[in-house]
Amino acid sequence: MSAAADTASAAPADDRRAGAPWALAAPALMLFVGVLVIPLAMTVMLSFHDWGQYKGIEPVFILKNWHEIATDPYYAEMFWRTFRIAILTTFLTAVLGAPEAYILNRMSGRWRSVFLLVILGPLLISVVARTLGWALLFGGNNGLVNKLMMSLGLIRAPIPFMFTETGMVVALAHVMMPFMVLSVWAALQRLDPQIENAALSLGAGPVTIIRRIVMPQIMPGVLSGAIIVFSLSASAFATPAIIGGRRLKVAATLAYDEFLNTLNWPLGAAVATLLLVALVLIVVGSNALIERRYAEVFR
Amino acid sequence: MAYLELDRVAKQFGAQTVVDDFSLAVGKGEFVSFLGPSGCGKTTTLQMIAGFLEPTRGTIRLEGSHLTKVHPAKRGLGIVFQSYALFPHMTAAENVAFGLEMRNVPRDERAERVRSALAMVGLAGYEERYPRRMSGGQQQRVALARALVIRPSVLLLDEPLSNLDAKLREGMQIELRQIQRTLGTTTILVTHDQNEAMSLSDRIVVMSQGRIEQIGTPQDTYERPASAFVSQFLGKTNDFAATIDRTVASARLVAGSWSAPAPAGFNGSVTISLRPERIGFADTGLAAKIITRIFQGNHWLFQCESECGPAIVIRQNDGQPQPAEGDVVRLTWRVEDMSLRGGGA
Repeated sequence: MSAAADTASAAPADDRRAGAPWALAAPALMLFVGVLVIPLAMTVMLSFHDWGQYKGIEPVFILKNWHEIATDPYYAEMFWRTFRIAILTTFLTAVLGAPEAYILNRMSGRWRSVFLLVILGPLLISVVARTLGWALLFGGNNGLVNKLMMSLGLIRAPIPFMFTETGMVVALAHVMMPFMVLSVWAALQRLDPQIENAALSLGAGPVTIIRRIVMPQIMPGVLSGAIIVFSLSASAFATPAIIGGRRLKVAATLAYDEFLNTLNWPLGAAVATLLLVALVLIVVGSNALIERRYAEVFR
Repeated sequence: MAYLELDRVAKQFGAQTVVDDFSLAVGKGEFVSFLGPSGCGKTTTLQMIAGFLEPTRGTIRLEGSHLTKVHPAKRGLGIVFQSYALFPHMTAAENVAFGLEMRNVPRDERAERVRSALAMVGLAGYEERYPRRMSGGQQQRVALARALVIRPSVLLLDEPLSNLDAKLREGMQIELRQIQRTLGTTTILVTHDQNEAMSLSDRIVVMSQGRIEQIGTPQDTYERPASAFVSQFLGKTNDFAATIDRTVASARLVAGSWSAPAPAGFNGSVTISLRPERIGFADTGLAAKIITRIFQGNHWLFQCESECGPAIVIRQNDGQPQPAEGDVVRLTWRVEDMSLRGGGA
């Protein structure tokens, strides 16, 4: 409060200071506008242009692409699949990541750093190499795991993994796990170290402590982790491209194909714009909900 | 029979002994403080009573039955933590009600007991507040209400007042004492603050390096410290090197220019231990020069350089003129106010 009063009294005395924040922010602002805002605006504009097999892109303003996306069930299916995969991935990372973070938080120092490295591992390996690894393990009849299980007589036919939504969810969850674990871990570190003992002394058993005391307090961490995982999964490209390929497209691979294979840039731009708008709405909306619901924990 | 009994309890972490040979019998309704510097094992002992730690050796009994075998959730002890450890996602009333819920107390009775517990700690009307929206003192009261509402057999307080400012702390001390007296709950307080221990407790357990130095009433431990550690830790103390002179007809105890008839049982060099407020200025006695004089409102604090080393003197501010810095004075005291230890200082 006093700092604000200081600036207010100092401003009229020195007018050059008033422009200083803008001048200092200018380089970053110009970069932001140049590499993000302008291309984004151009993409949005592109989505209203016309395109034909022989005439190419025509810079006119029509709603053809948007109309096509809205009416053709092919696109609806693609977007539903995208969000279904993102939701399942988020759910899987939350169910596995939250307990993982809790266990990690209770480990002693040395083990904790070892396992933290294990958890961060997926981020250190190229997403392409990692997804191809999954393909080597489960892909078709020659996948290592499938071969092993079949030779042991556990399964008769190979478990389908490539070109399935299950495969995509599993591979994405593996990539996204660190974001969930770190987010929950940050929430756990804000916990009073004695709080579980307090609940214990009042007669609560281990399950009750987790359910009534720990869970509600780390829920904001789980939810903010979920927002990160959801938005990254919904817009993920490499994993769906390798596991789903052409057979099982999601919004991101669809936009890619429109741009680079069909060369229908305006339609690709419309798909990309819709994905962006949907994601922004979902993320901003759920963030507002979370902040209102957990106001007393955040403040 | 003792209500709560600790019998030669010890705790080791690896090769390090944190608490050793801790034996104590606490009577029903008694208020006992564990007092000592940080790392003396007082909190470890409390955590063993609470059940968060298991003793390496020894037993803890409550009303004659082994407490060590009871799961911490079933011990029925009330604990107030240094950080309060309130549940931040619950209101004050929900915090207090939690222990009753775990005991399946019916809803109506629960509400009534929560209401009266919060009223007892002076928080009537704060039922729906969340901990984050309360001051430190108020959070502390919620923590106390939460611990007391389950009618604990023993109340354990782990430095509960150390996060409050001095004025609030004094008020809470008085209130804590009154509540404890009214309910008659057997209470154990862990503290490093000697004033807190002395003003609250029936008995003080002074601890150092995992061992009990002395168990006694506040007056006992202050007036008759059992060891040099106790006298240093509880308030300020002066140690003067003295000798017993048995060459004269009636043996005398001599410290510089001060002397008195020698007590029995000592010989050669001894140490006189003496509280600063028991020293007076006189015409004869230990010669000393006043180095600094500090005014502290209700009393004056003098730091002197005496014949037997540095000395601290406290005099009541009773309106009498006091010696100034640089004055040479004589220090004297009554024989019954000092305690003697064998050996040099």
